[in-house]
Amino acid sequence: MTPLASAEGLTGLVFLFTVAVTVGGATLAACAANLIRAVTGLAIGFLGLAGLFYFLNSPFVALMEILIYVGAVCVALVFGIMLAPPRMDRLARANRNFGAAAALLACGTLFGLVAWVGAATDWPRPASLVNDGSVAAIGKGLLSTYSMVFELISLVLLVAILGALVVARSGRGLPQIRTGAK
Amino acid sequence: MSEPGRLLAFLIGIIAFAALNAAYLVWVERKGAGHFQRRIGPKEVGPYGLLQPIADGIKLMTKQLIVPEGADAVLFKMAPIMVMVPAIVSFVTIPFAEGLQARNINIGLLMIFAFASVAVLGILIGGWGSRNKYGVISAARVVSQNIAYEVPMLLTVITVVMITRTFDLNAIVNQQMGGFWHWNVFRLTASPLMPVAFLIFFVCMLAETNRAPFDMAEAESELIAGAFTEYSGMGFGVFFMGEYANIVIGACVATILFLGGWDCPLGFLPGVHWFLIKMYLIIFTVVWVRWTFVRTQFYNLLNLSWKILIPISMFNLILTSALLKVF
Repeated sequence: MTPLASAEGLTGLVFLFTVAVTVGGATLAACAANLIRAVTGLAIGFLGLAGLFYFLNSPFVALMEILIYVGAVCVALVFGIMLAPPRMDRLARANRNFGAAAALLACGTLFGLVAWVGAATDWPRPASLVNDGSVAAIGKGLLSTYSMVFELISLVLLVAILGALVVARSGRGLPQIRTGAK
Repeated sequence: MSEPGRLLAFLIGIIAFAALNAAYLVWVERKGAGHFQRRIGPKEVGPYGLLQPIADGIKLMTKQLIVPEGADAVLFKMAPIMVMVPAIVSFVTIPFAEGLQARNINIGLLMIFAFASVAVLGILIGGWGSRNKYGVISAARVVSQNIAYEVPMLLTVITVVMITRTFDLNAIVNQQMGGFWHWNVFRLTASPLMPVAFLIFFVCMLAETNRAPFDMAEAESELIAGAFTEYSGMGFGVFFMGEYANIVIGACVATILFLGGWDCPLGFLPGVHWFLIKMYLIIFTVVWVRWTFVRTQFYNLLNLSWKILIPISMFNLILTSALLKVF
């Protein structure tokens, strides 16, 4: 057992802290009856996840996690919730009928299996660091070896933009689908 | 000094710097507002009212933090912290002078923008959590404003990064050394639109930090104090400190990206004070703009971003990449 005061011990403590933040945030996101609290939990979970990415020696991905998921996705989610009519009473009831035992069993089994595979498999160790995880390395990879991924990302974004245009096409008036029936 | 000791010293220094700036920028703001409106501003507490921020601080700290009935107490108390902490974290990677930097991270610029984007969530949650209609309206405005202005800001920053070829703030400053004609704002060979890019960055910075003429978040005459309406005592105080800390961060980034960081313009007396002079000049301009221009209408604000700033910064990006490819 490594002593706590050593560098490895402190690193371990920080690692456990980030894991606790991630799991705690995810639990809050899944269990909170209040939707805004759930999104806050999600944001905390993303922050913990960013810490884990930092541990895996990829600060770029960690910062992107914060910039995109906390700064954009969570904000958009909260915005959407605030624009929607408040039906918190319904939600609280729906959450109670969740079937907690079955969900716990399913998630526990999945977690156990993944953990077992992770621990039992004899993973081949890379002889050296694949790359330094820097922006330049990621950029080169994205435009050469993994250019297919890059193209697919642009396709997804194009579809998203087209979808937004279609949704926004009716203009600022009331949507025609509901009012135009009469 | 040992590495942990150095980091501890920087931590204390950064928190003190942020808090002192928040306190005395309020004084600058009030004094400036006074003189712009032909009054004299605070003058009773201390010489030139210099002790006013301390009196304000004591007053805020002795006030009770009241959580409104029916509000979400946890989120209500969490919101000011979520505005303040990212601002403090962003100070870690800002180089004030040669060697005067808590930690150099090779993607420091990205780190500042990543943490700056979290602060919006704080205002949003504060506005929603206080169970107040003004707060919710303000929160909704803040989000659409921030989404609108983050786009031209990041496009401008990408243009600068394409020219400097690095996210490392230290390296960006070192490239601009040796006289003001090397500063990015005057680097017309890379892109003739660099001064325009600086202007776009400045406008977006005003909008991102919710400053007039874009202060849709508090808009006193329409929304009382917007997202901060229900906050009393230090809850309000921390929001305010976060706002000023964000302004300081924005001014620091503008200084580093466009005005050459700690580089001295005429070649004498190099050092940290040049960084501070440039930074405080930008902050003074921010105050000046606030008391000179009226608050814009919300649609005008969104139109300015989507119809003017984004096309120009997009054009600048394309022009810069074309010039980089040609030369």
